[in-house]
Amino acid sequence: MTSSASPGRFHLGGDFYTNHFEKGGSPDTMILNMGPQHPATHGVLRVIFELDGEYILRTEPVLGYLHRMHEKMGEEQTYYQYMPNMGRVDYLHALAWNWAWAGAVEKLGGIEVPRRAEFIRVITCELNRISSHLLWWGAFLLDLGAFTPIMYAFDDRERILDILQRPTGSRLTYSYYRLGGVAADLDDTALGMIRDFVPHLRSRLPMYRNLVTGNMILRHRLEGVGHIPVEMCRRYGATGPTLRGSGVAYDVRKAEPYSVYPELSFNIPTDDKCDGMARYNVRMAEIEQSLDIIEQALDMLPSGEFWVKNAPKPKWKAPKGEVYFAVEGARGKIGVHLISDGSANPYRVKLRAPGFSNLSLFAEVTKGTLLADAVAILGSLDMVIPEIDR
Amino acid sequence: MTMIREFGKALQGLWSLAIGLGVTFRAFVRPQVTVHYPRATVDDANLRTFHGHVELVGKDDQSAVPRCISCGMCAMNCPSACLTVVKQKPPKPTPEQKTAMEEAEARGEKVKKPAAPKDPARFSYDFSLCSLCGTCVESCPADSLRFSNEIYQAGFDRKDFHFDLLARLRGQAESRSGRTPNPDPSSNPKTDKGGK
Repeated sequence: MTSSASPGRFHLGGDFYTNHFEKGGSPDTMILNMGPQHPATHGVLRVIFELDGEYILRTEPVLGYLHRMHEKMGEEQTYYQYMPNMGRVDYLHALAWNWAWAGAVEKLGGIEVPRRAEFIRVITCELNRISSHLLWWGAFLLDLGAFTPIMYAFDDRERILDILQRPTGSRLTYSYYRLGGVAADLDDTALGMIRDFVPHLRSRLPMYRNLVTGNMILRHRLEGVGHIPVEMCRRYGATGPTLRGSGVAYDVRKAEPYSVYPELSFNIPTDDKCDGMARYNVRMAEIEQSLDIIEQALDMLPSGEFWVKNAPKPKWKAPKGEVYFAVEGARGKIGVHLISDGSANPYRVKLRAPGFSNLSLFAEVTKGTLLADAVAILGSLDMVIPEIDR
Repeated sequence: MTMIREFGKALQGLWSLAIGLGVTFRAFVRPQVTVHYPRATVDDANLRTFHGHVELVGKDDQSAVPRCISCGMCAMNCPSACLTVVKQKPPKPTPEQKTAMEEAEARGEKVKKPAAPKDPARFSYDFSLCSLCGTCVESCPADSLRFSNEIYQAGFDRKDFHFDLLARLRGQAESRSGRTPNPDPSSNPKTDKGGK
């Protein structure tokens, strides 16, 4: 007989987190681990639950299984060389991170961006946002037990990847934006593909609604589940569709306008029901809103250069200073806080990932809910674990 | 009254399921959108824009010799240090040159040594480290690097991804691989640096 705490061959005593996650007062409760390898956590996220029957008494997300020191890497590389890291922070909305970095350095160095590049950034970033939302849609419903929707979502997402492959050359971890522009122009073929794609996706949206949004089973699983009041969002700093699903019309593109977004007309979809269905509806409305933005940007796309002539070289030295630049990602506010001491490498890079704040409120939201609902809530928050850990 | 409402709700729910099944059925009878790899392969038009690993570009007149001038900008600017460029050594002077040099030295003139060829002696590339950011392609002053369209890459060993790009260029000059699509410069905006 070995006691559970004795160091054995299989470390039956458990690791640090298991040992420090104390059981509650009642002897009937059970500790359950979800993850780090779990299909519903979309990456290596581990969540420890204390359960009373099927009800959750306590939750603790355990992070750090995917930590890659992106912030530290920023201090070791030049401003130019850090760009490929940005595609790996959030692989689903890589271009928003590209933009956050490019924008922060451009603000620091006072680098001008050609107008055509700004519009190309808007078009590609919004396309990337749609592809991110489509993948979320499919994966979220997969968590809830519906298999086919992800096939439809991937059918449309594939077209976006084909379009984005033309200028960027890659299909997922883009490194496309550059300091002072973008790496390649959108050629006529790509523009034609985007023009074809916008009405195509619009015609597919009613199908999405018929297949899933009106579905009785989905509504029962999401309506009233995962109630996140505005006040809780405020305490944890939740942004993006999570905040807009609580009825707050906060969008960085409107609140702290950057690039050419002030010239484009679009509204911010919100839903004040605060539940999983509200967040679902907000994201579906955002797909349509992004399509509108793309159409306007295509009409306004000026000719000219796509990369400013005197763009910084790889060994470019930034002026001394400190900047903060934020963009709206598919999951919320992406911020880059950059401190420069005047050398070729940044002195300090702080990346503000929306997923981290959105996950932080998960522990409080799941208190008292059913275990199966916790999966639905986690999915409705749209987690990308590499972004949370960075 | 409540019962009728509940019954109506259930019917509504069932109808929503029927609509969803209708969508699935319509998709079931539509043609397939996926490609059954490896029984079928993706067409070249889609592969041309794909950026595989980087490769050397040959000179216009000698396709087996790279345009590279061994300056090392690519290796210096690479964020992940995956390129190694080794310059060629200057050739040993022939006996005639040697005597000419010695004579020049005796006369106190400036000695003119034979210059090394500009193209590199070795150009190795570790694809397992590369993040395909394109910094090397953009920083090459001689336009000697480009992205290949190589998409079918799998290996059992990490060493399978250590490429000798000079050997690759020589192989390409002899015969174009049947599986890689011919690079079409007009459809690949990155090969010409129009904006810079």
